[in-house]
Amino acid sequence: MASLGIEKLTKRFGTSLAVDDLDLSVNEGELVALLGPSGCGKTTTLRMVAGFLPPTSGRVLFDNEDVTSLPAYKRSTGMVFQSYALFPHMTAAQNVGFGLEMRNLGAAERDSKVGEALKLVRLSHLAGRLPRELSGGQQQRVALARALVINPKLFLLDEPLSNLDAKLRSEVRIEIRALQQRLGLTTLLVTHDREEALTMADRLVVMEGGKVRQIGTPRELYDEPQDAFVADFVGRCNILPGRRESESRFRTVGGLLLTVDTAANESNNANAFALRPERISISPGANGETQGRVEAVTYLGAQTEYHVRIGNELFVVVRPTPGASEPLAALKPQDPVSLQWEPKAPRLVPQTS
Amino acid sequence: MFVGMTGRPQLGRGLLRTAVALAYLVIFAPVLMIVLTSFFSQQIISFPPPGLTWHWYVNAWDKPEFLRGFVTSLQVALLAAFVGVPIGTAAALAIVRSDFPGKQAVSALLLAPLAVPGVVAGSGLFMFYVLAENLLDRDIKATTQGLVAAHVLLTIPWTVRLVVASLQGLDRAAEEAAANLGASPLTVFRRITLPMMRPGIVAAAMFSFIQSFENLDLSILLVGPGRITLPVAMLNYLEFRIDPTLAAVATVQILIVGVLMVVTDRFVNLSRVV
Repeated sequence: MASLGIEKLTKRFGTSLAVDDLDLSVNEGELVALLGPSGCGKTTTLRMVAGFLPPTSGRVLFDNEDVTSLPAYKRSTGMVFQSYALFPHMTAAQNVGFGLEMRNLGAAERDSKVGEALKLVRLSHLAGRLPRELSGGQQQRVALARALVINPKLFLLDEPLSNLDAKLRSEVRIEIRALQQRLGLTTLLVTHDREEALTMADRLVVMEGGKVRQIGTPRELYDEPQDAFVADFVGRCNILPGRRESESRFRTVGGLLLTVDTAANESNNANAFALRPERISISPGANGETQGRVEAVTYLGAQTEYHVRIGNELFVVVRPTPGASEPLAALKPQDPVSLQWEPKAPRLVPQTS
Repeated sequence: MFVGMTGRPQLGRGLLRTAVALAYLVIFAPVLMIVLTSFFSQQIISFPPPGLTWHWYVNAWDKPEFLRGFVTSLQVALLAAFVGVPIGTAAALAIVRSDFPGKQAVSALLLAPLAVPGVVAGSGLFMFYVLAENLLDRDIKATTQGLVAAHVLLTIPWTVRLVVASLQGLDRAAEEAAANLGASPLTVFRRITLPMMRPGIVAAAMFSFIQSFENLDLSILLVGPGRITLPVAMLNYLEFRIDPTLAAVATVQILIVGVLMVVTDRFVNLSRVV
C-alpha cells in the first residue's frame, strides 16, 4: 500500500472548472471519503487519481512519486466502479483473475490467489457463474475481489454502494470498512451519501463546485462545520441566517434573539446560526426561555420529529420517540412548547451562497 | 387501463389479440402461400389444389441453373459478409468512439446505400465498372469479384447500424476496469471490447449474408454467364414460364434463412440487438 498525494489538482472542461486547485493527502492505510453533491468534482478527482482523465494542471503522487503522466494501466490501483463494470463474458473467477493474468502470473498461482480472493468475499461457491447470473450484492463482491486481488497501491471506490438496497448497503458498508482496516488499504471513497461517508471514513473531504469546503474527521465535520454548506451537507441542521448583535446575542433575519456562547464562533464573518435537530430538547408548556408552538409532529419509529415555530423562525427538533405515557407523547400541533439546548451546541458559521 | 367493470378490459384485450393475429397473418401470408403452392400438383396455380406433390422440388433439383445459382449466391454472400462486416465494424467504431470533422456526413454516407433503390445503384455500378474496365483493361462487371464488391455495399450499412447500436449500449466502465487492472489499450480492445461487441457483429454478419443472398435488383446487371445468382436465376426462369417450381426454390431459400436466424438467435438474442 502506498500513500496518496494530490497537489494543486485542477480539471477544466471547456470553460467550466470541474476541480479547482485541490490539495489532499491520504496516509497509508487511511480511508478518506470525498463527499459532495453531484457535479462537485469528486468523481472527476477520483478519475484523475485512477488515470482515466488527464488533469489540466497539478500533480498526483503515489508514495511521493509523480504518476500524473502515467497511463491508467500502469498505475496499479484497484477500483470498484459504481456499475461494478464486471466483464459480462467472463465468469466471476475469470473476472477476478484478469488483473493477475495482466501481471503474467502462472496459472497455478493465479488460481490459488483467485480462490483466496473469492473466499475473502465469501463467493467461492459461485466462482463459475457469469455476472448476469449473480445478484447485485454478489456482483459487487466480485468487483471488490477483482480490485483487491492485484494487491493495488491504492483502493478506489466510486459510489460502491449506490446500487444496493438500503438494508444490504448498511451491511456492506461495515464489511468493506472491516476489510479495509484489516488489510490496511489506502482508500479513496467517492460518495454523495453522508451516512456512508460518516460511517466509513477516517477523514472526510466535503467538496462543492470543484473546491474543498472542509477536511476533517467525521466528528469534526459534524460538530464543528466551518460553514453552513458543510453543516447542512454532513447532517440535518437548523440554519438561521442573521447577525451577531453582541458577544452573546445573535439576531436572526426573522427577528428572533438567541443566546450564544462566546466560544461558539471562530469565524469573523459568521452570519448564520447552526444547530443540529438532535441537540435541542423539547418540553411541553410555555415555561422555558425559548417558547414556541408545535406545527407538526412526525413519527419516524425510533425517533420523532417536531416542527416548532418560534416567532418567524421554524426549528426542526429530533428526539428519541417518547414512551406512550410520557407527557411528550401527547404533543400535538398548536401545543405550546419550550426548547432548550446546551450553550455550546450551536455554531455560528458563515453562510455560503 | 381499467375502464369501469371487468367486461371492458377483457374486450380490449380481445381486440388487441385480434389485431396482433391479423398483423402476423399479413406478414406471414405471402410466405405461407409460397410454401403451400410449392406442394400443389397443378401447374397453373389455383385454389383449392387438385392434389399435393413433391414434383416441383424434383424439377427444381433437375435444373442446373438453380443449383449453380444457389452455389454462386452462397459464395458471394459469404465473401460479401466476410469483407463487409470488418469494414462496417471499423467504421462503426470510428463513428461511436472518435471525433473527427465530417463525422455526421460520413455516418450518413455509410447508411446511404439503404436509401438508394437497388436498380439505380446497380446501373450506377454497371457504368462505373464499364469505365473501370476500359481504364484498367480487365474484366470486372461479369466477375465474382465485381459482384462481391457490389454486395459489400449492401452489407456495410447493415453492419454499421447494428454494430453502432451494440457499441452505444456497451458499458464503457468495463473497459476502464480492464485498464485499471493493467490491460494496455490493445489488450482492452481484444479481451473486453471485441467480446462485448460480439452479439452486434454476429447479427451484422447474419443480416449481411441474408441481404446479399436474397438480393436481386442490385445484382441483375452485374452477373455474368455461368455466374448467375439464385434470385437472378429465378427471375430468368420466370421469363419463360410460371409454375410452382419457383415456389419450391423459394421455399428452400426461406428455409435456409429461417434456419440461419434460429441458429444465430441461439448465440445472441437477436431481438435485443436488432
